[in-house]
Amino acid sequence: MDATLKKQLEITATKVRMGIIEGVFNAKAGHPGGSLSVADTLTYLYMARMNVDPKNPTMADRDRLVLSKGHTAPALYSVLAQRGFFPVEELKTLRKIGSRLQGHPVMNKVPGVDMSTGSLGQGVSAACGMALSGKISNDTYKVYAILGDGEIEEGQVWESAMFAAHYQLDNLVYVVDNNNLQIDGPITQVMNPYPIDEKFAAFGWHVIKINGHDFDEIEKAFNEAETVANQPTVIIQKTIKGKDVSYMENNVAWHGAAPNKEQYDIAMAELQAKLDELQK
Amino acid sequence: MDKKATRESYGEALVMLAEKRPDLVVLDADLAAATKTGIFKKAYPDKHFDCGIAEANMMGVAAGIASTGKLVFASSFAMFAAGRAFEIVRNSICYPNLNVKIGATHAGISVGEDGASHQCNEDIALMTALPNMTVINPADDVEAKAAVLAMADYVGPTYMRFGRLAVPVINDPATYKFEVGKGVQLKDGKDITIIATGLMVGEAIEAGKALAEQGIDARIINIHTIKPIDRDIIIKAAKETGKIVTVEEHSVIGGLGSAVANVVTEECPVPVIKIGVNDCFGHSGPAVDLLKEFGLCAENIVNVTKAALGK
Repeated sequence: MDATLKKQLEITATKVRMGIIEGVFNAKAGHPGGSLSVADTLTYLYMARMNVDPKNPTMADRDRLVLSKGHTAPALYSVLAQRGFFPVEELKTLRKIGSRLQGHPVMNKVPGVDMSTGSLGQGVSAACGMALSGKISNDTYKVYAILGDGEIEEGQVWESAMFAAHYQLDNLVYVVDNNNLQIDGPITQVMNPYPIDEKFAAFGWHVIKINGHDFDEIEKAFNEAETVANQPTVIIQKTIKGKDVSYMENNVAWHGAAPNKEQYDIAMAELQAKLDELQK
Repeated sequence: MDKKATRESYGEALVMLAEKRPDLVVLDADLAAATKTGIFKKAYPDKHFDCGIAEANMMGVAAGIASTGKLVFASSFAMFAAGRAFEIVRNSICYPNLNVKIGATHAGISVGEDGASHQCNEDIALMTALPNMTVINPADDVEAKAAVLAMADYVGPTYMRFGRLAVPVINDPATYKFEVGKGVQLKDGKDITIIATGLMVGEAIEAGKALAEQGIDARIINIHTIKPIDRDIIIKAAKETGKIVTVEEHSVIGGLGSAVANVVTEECPVPVIKIGVNDCFGHSGPAVDLLKEFGLCAENIVNVTKAALGK
């Protein structure tokens, strides 16, 4: 990846993480852990890859993204704000009465949100429908679906995986955010979904494994996915839940909890320090 | 009188629809031969997609297709469309208010020999409870076809209920007009009103004739749209006839009878006597025999109506 672009993405991803903390802190509720783990990939997709237009959020030939792990809405909202779909300041209204920024994404309220999600395992099926529709009418748009690694315990995910391979949806990419934690604990202890790669391969998918916090690897993976014909691609990305907020990293307690004022100050100071370092 | 199953009408109507809607996509879940989307598949193989035995995914796929602006029908048995896929219908279709048409066949106990596991008497209750959902239960071939064509032009989630059993064609295709949300008065009457839906409409008409012979002047109303329900026609009937009998091939909990009772209790309280499946499961047997056993026939409508009038 071009060094300037990489630096720019790292800067934006840090701002995205600050927006996540800002939103969840003001809401006094939400899901910071998985939002922080998926922030880099969402930043890459919206800032450097997807054909989207904040001035025309429903344009017919746009690339689409379904946040199947809808509880990480703070990350999606924060990226959309950075991309210019709505003001960054609005992130402070997250989960409040009257806000467009519902606890889980709603497509008819928030510009840039392509599908309402929140009930795990459902977004992927809608992504399959979007991809099939594109195939039917020879559209060129791409469809991306972001899943949690706990989410793939839902049976519907595998119904969708069978469907996408059967209809050879090579315009569809799943990203499994493999941060290894779900609400009740490590995924290996709650309901072990491993081996994730072999499962998708057995369902007929092209499988790519990356570090989801390395923009070079992220770009390479999406470039590779674009070359795959007659087969959907899954990118399984190893990530750190709570990434870049020291006390949240790899701590399942931050799956669905908001920081208090003191914790908020620490998180924002850490992220600001990272931002200052990147902008030196 | 000609007889035809409304599932058959559904399959044929999809073919008629494809001629004027090039954006039509039809999904099924390994039941195309039974739901009769197979009729469409034969005519338009490129627009029919089998989702396999995976109704949850099918409903989500339908939502995704609808989000791109195409007209999509998703089909399975009522049990699986409304039952198994309920939460996907709620969260992926109704919540985002996506324009998905659900064609649910094999509703009610007239599924027959397959037995209770496949006899869905709860789908109207489930589907009418969902915000944004319109629920249609056509009475015969003419109404079923007209409903499919009309609902294709209506934008929003729609649940359409079709039957397996061949039922009499009671409407005239030359004059019939389907209006969503509008009940149809089939016969005027002053003594009592019988409100029926789906395949019970034909039985209600027969009951009306038998009652007339016994000197009872019953008003007969067909409610094909359970939601939004035609409040005006119900209130008028309550005011003018003072008593209502409802008839449906569905549980007495949460179906037509409940919907009618809701309206009259709010605006003009009169007795509402419900004929339906009385909070129990069905069982295997020939459909016509089951309908008789469960009181879903003209003879029982006559008896219940007379009892309501103290005769």
